[in-house]
Amino acid sequence: MSRARTPSDAEAIFGGDRRALARAITAVESGSETSDDLLRAVYPRTGRVPVVGLTGPLGVGKSSVINLLIAHLRSLGRSVGVVAVDPSSPFSGGSVLGDRIRLERRADDRDVFFRSMASRGAAGGLSATTRDVARLLEAAGFSVVLVETVGSGQVDVAIRSVATTRVVVLVPHLGDEVQTLKAGLFEIADVFCINKSDLPGAETAERDLAELASLGPAPDGWRSRIVRTSTVTPSGIPELWKAIEAHEAFLATSPGHAAERRRRLEEEILGRARDRLTEDLAARLEVDPALRKLVDRVVARELDPGTAAERLLAARRR
Amino acid sequence: MPAKARTKPVRVLIAKPGLDGHDRGAKVVARALRDAGMEVIYAGLRQTPEEIVRAAIEEDVDLVGLSILSGAHMALFPKVLRLLQKEKGGKIPVFAGGIIPDEDARRLRRLGIKAIFGPGASLAEIVRTAQELARPHA
Repeated sequence: MSRARTPSDAEAIFGGDRRALARAITAVESGSETSDDLLRAVYPRTGRVPVVGLTGPLGVGKSSVINLLIAHLRSLGRSVGVVAVDPSSPFSGGSVLGDRIRLERRADDRDVFFRSMASRGAAGGLSATTRDVARLLEAAGFSVVLVETVGSGQVDVAIRSVATTRVVVLVPHLGDEVQTLKAGLFEIADVFCINKSDLPGAETAERDLAELASLGPAPDGWRSRIVRTSTVTPSGIPELWKAIEAHEAFLATSPGHAAERRRRLEEEILGRARDRLTEDLAARLEVDPALRKLVDRVVARELDPGTAAERLLAARRR
Repeated sequence: MPAKARTKPVRVLIAKPGLDGHDRGAKVVARALRDAGMEVIYAGLRQTPEEIVRAAIEEDVDLVGLSILSGAHMALFPKVLRLLQKEKGGKIPVFAGGIIPDEDARRLRRLGIKAIFGPGASLAEIVRTAQELARPHA
């Protein structure tokens, strides 16, 4: 299937064609041969709007917060593109993507686009192509992009390299304050959102987090904000958006931000080069009998894996 | 690290139009399709035809499965088909399950519902049909 031809398909996306956008996302997600051209056409139009990542443990209410955040943004006249990631089964590869269930009825609102994605084997709470999909949404003209990660564990911090503002969603009673000292998720939050704050314990959670936020090194000068929300009452959503906007405004004037942004793009380039290289090497290993022998020798303990890797790389240079 | 996957999993939307009170059956089907390796977008209860079609387009699904128990299928299913057509998704195959009398099932098939499963249908049969229907349609 080679549907996503550039520039016509890219132009359709820029022109607001939702079907074209949906198909382009599929092309990018499945790495079809047209996706490189598409992303090339899209890239110059990206990097301007807030890309807000929402992450946090399973069941804290990320989807419900997003639902209310969409409504709030619409009331401010902002258009919103959303990509929500759920896990793929490591066994069947299949997946049930249920983030849409929380989405309120707005069937005729063309200024919201919601797309579910499966993680397809990637670790870190996103899929390998989530960043590219966020770019497609921006290029399609949405003025805010929201990215919801897989309900994450402590170290799923892939969102760090995709979002401009990272919101870590938590609930009261996730543990004592020692939890807030641990490495991982807590370190990447630009904004903490204590959801379900209609439940008891929200104040203690806020106090513990406030302590954490005031202690830490703030190398870039930003101190994490803490916002209490409830999707039942509902409350705190305008405050959540204000905290996100404050961080975006901070980025715009922060001298360290340009360097950080450059560093992240460098990381992305290396990551993409690494992926290509790995694919190429895997393909060679599969077809070249001489290289397959290397594996046999490693299995037989005649050769160590490191030396075999050197020889595999050397074969590529020949 | 495995090389980037080049195979595209089947994406299927499972939705319940109308005012049904529970969605046990739809969830069981969603689970079975997941176990068959599909990406199942589960849209949940009480969806309007407009919402279902919107989800089908945005999620770029290969297949739509509708479940209904309330008896409103003769009003809601044709509307889903009509709206899909209007949104240029007319080639996306639609299958259905629920309490649907034979006479209605025949009429719905004529209107374009590709397969209809009653209460006795086996999961294996539903999965096999879904896989067949999801072959390239566009």
